[in-house]
Amino acid sequence: MSVAQTAETEAIDYSELNRIIEEDYGNDQENLIMILQAIQRKYNYLPGAALNYLSTKIGIPLSRIYEVATFYSTFSLQPRGRNIISICLGTACHVRGAERVKERITENLHIADGETSEDMRFTLESVRCIGCCSLGPVVKINEDTYGRIAPDEVDKILDQYE
Amino acid sequence: MKIQSVKDLEQISQLYGKKLYAPEGIKVNVGMASCGIAAGAQAAYDKALEAYPDGKGVAICQTGCIGFCEEEPLVEILSLGKPRVIYHHVTEDKIVDVIASYQAGEFNKKQIMGQMRDPRSVLEDGVENPLADVTPIDGIPVFEDNPFYSSQVKVAMRNCGYIDPDSIEEYIARRGYVAFLNALQDMQPAEIIEVIKASGLRGRGGGGFPTGIKWATCAKHKGQRAIICNADEGDPGAYMDRSILEGDPHSVLEGMLIAAVAIGSSNGYIYVRNEYPLAVKRLLTAIRQAEEYGLLGDNIAGSDFSFHIKISTGAGAFVCGESTALMASLEGKVGRPRAKYVHTVEKGFRNQPSNLNNVETYANVPAIMLKGASWFAGMGTEHSKGTKVFSLVGKIKNTGLVEVPMGISLRDIVFTIGGGVPKKKVFKAVQTGGPSGGCIPERFLDLPVDYQKLTEVGAIMGSGGMIVMDQDTCMVDVARYFVDFLKEESCGQCNPCREGLKQMLEILTRICDGEGREGDIELLEEVGSMMQKFSLCGLGTSAPNPVLTTILYFRDEYEAHIRDKKCPSGVCKNLFHYEIDPEACTGCRMCFRKCPQEAISGEKKKAHSIDQQLCIKCGICYDVCKFNAVTIR
Ligand SMILES: Cc1cc2nc3c(=O)[nH]c(=O)nc-3n(C[C@H](O)[C@H](O)[C@H](O)COP(=O)(O)O)c2cc1C
Repeated sequence: MSVAQTAETEAIDYSELNRIIEEDYGNDQENLIMILQAIQRKYNYLPGAALNYLSTKIGIPLSRIYEVATFYSTFSLQPRGRNIISICLGTACHVRGAERVKERITENLHIADGETSEDMRFTLESVRCIGCCSLGPVVKINEDTYGRIAPDEVDKILDQYE
Repeated sequence: MKIQSVKDLEQISQLYGKKLYAPEGIKVNVGMASCGIAAGAQAAYDKALEAYPDGKGVAICQTGCIGFCEEEPLVEILSLGKPRVIYHHVTEDKIVDVIASYQAGEFNKKQIMGQMRDPRSVLEDGVENPLADVTPIDGIPVFEDNPFYSSQVKVAMRNCGYIDPDSIEEYIARRGYVAFLNALQDMQPAEIIEVIKASGLRGRGGGGFPTGIKWATCAKHKGQRAIICNADEGDPGAYMDRSILEGDPHSVLEGMLIAAVAIGSSNGYIYVRNEYPLAVKRLLTAIRQAEEYGLLGDNIAGSDFSFHIKISTGAGAFVCGESTALMASLEGKVGRPRAKYVHTVEKGFRNQPSNLNNVETYANVPAIMLKGASWFAGMGTEHSKGTKVFSLVGKIKNTGLVEVPMGISLRDIVFTIGGGVPKKKVFKAVQTGGPSGGCIPERFLDLPVDYQKLTEVGAIMGSGGMIVMDQDTCMVDVARYFVDFLKEESCGQCNPCREGLKQMLEILTRICDGEGREGDIELLEEVGSMMQKFSLCGLGTSAPNPVLTTILYFRDEYEAHIRDKKCPSGVCKNLFHYEIDPEACTGCRMCFRKCPQEAISGEKKKAHSIDQQLCIKCGICYDVCKFNAVTIR
């Protein structure tokens, strides 16, 4: 999706944006990463229009904002699904078979790592270690953590999310 | 109240020490770190609070993580004059019963991990053991005698699991902030640095640089200095920093305060990785509380020393754990490392002299200042002093965080503390140091934990991730895993790292796919040694370690993949298939029922077989078979 397209589809609440930039983060360029995180928390991704506005407001060239937004893996420039599946691919989960769990999710939802299902129901993201190694393999859906899951339990878990 | 002196601290300590150790009613501590919460502690806590909402008679409290993740959710119950009992696997359906049975003086062995002998921390020498006069319960093991705990010494994790991380008073009750006030009011900065130097403390974040020397160098450079804490914890498989931040945030703040007095700084920064929201929340609470007591802020305890701490969060970039990248990220920029012709102690964050230490390093500092350099240096080996926290994970029975004196053998950690490999499988290797580390085979297990000794065998101490691997772990796949991780995380600015990782990944992937060629191993070695010599930062120079150590110790596995087109561990899908051993198969139908492809057939009580055409090698049958009848061919 191009920047222009995103800008059209998303209604940006500029007073809220102002509040984030000024009140929460003091209009401080050093807080750029945290401001982007706050924007993503609000919109579930980084809408182009919000970034345009941020650029003028805080005085950082748009190119540098995009540089940061594409460098760090938590940022998404595209809308994400209603439910975010984070599959832990940390080392402990890896040796306990996380890859097989991931395959199962991919097969079920027909989405690869970083992709969103067509119906916007799920986005699949892999993360490296959420520090619940004793529960590996671990899958987090939104804020719910599922531990010690076997590949054949995946379907049942996904079914719970609309 | 603004704290002015150690006397003020003692007053708080007396008041809250009673609440902490000898409450009038019943105190229920639910272990509420991220790992505990994921295992169900939040639900259990909520349930208990619902049953005992007013806190009278029974108080429901939270603590951090005591380290034994395998047994979570963990709940500890205590009361004045009564035994202090630790219950395991206390899920929401059990917690109310557990509390009621404690109240009734009934102790169900099955629910109990043990009774505590002594809850005091290493800092509480002068305090009497609050359990000294308590008659122990018959037939219940002593918690501290559990093999998982008996060889541990908790210094950095001294308060984790013992106090409410959201209560500065409980931290103070265990002699918190005494070391800081001593340092501020009674010591010269140079004296503090001498103590840290003499203790032999080395950085716990991976590099192992002597902390005292770093502080002294930073103090020499003039200007507005920065004290920074590295809480980026990038090693996938290490979570001790998270546990300390979630379980005892004040120990890190106090460590930073002492560093600030010693080096001369009024600006502190903590860079926390984005995946740790709970750690951030508890740190923010801790900072606010410390400010309220006047332990952070301007003119602390009436002196002219001021110190402020800002929390910044990362955004998912492993390379930002590297010092120069971290400082760039703190400035709101992309985290690309720079060459260190000029060290960060001279020009780091905002080009100012900057002292960067790891979470665990800072958490050790107050203990060293209070108990003395020689106490700390009395633990460990010649070049590695004190204790180190390891996260013992992977194919291990007792997953958890363990803090052990340096010098203990890897075998003790894996087998005595960790309980060895579960399900009667055979130990293959232990991986230390994460993506920058190496795999250590069985024959080196008697090696002591020591910076030099681990480096000699090609591994590193690293930040303390210790991943145990068994017969079902393919070492080529592990090497590929780390290289894949690092290829994703390489910042891409220097050629050796960017291209080297890409090439190594290509070669390893083709080996795993069954398309490995003669000469691939040598090629990997060549690319690896090039990267070690010419990469810009530590990410690139250490990236070949997992590959080179697996080649060094498990060359036969590489050769089996390349020459025989076999993956002996049954991981690389093109290189093995499952078969059912008709001798061992009892026809229990377990695999038949679980197979998602309906690829298994056979009659009840007769040997089954797998249709290789239908099989997708998902491994479910291999995992569920209780008779080891499903075999890897
Ligand atoms: C690629 C890379 C990643 C690193 N990640 C971390 C990390 O996550 N946490 C950490 O404390 N140190 C990390 N380090 C080490 C830091 O650069 C630095 O040495 C350390 O934070 C200094 O603190 P210490 O002396 O107390 O260990 C990393 C180094 C490299 C090269």
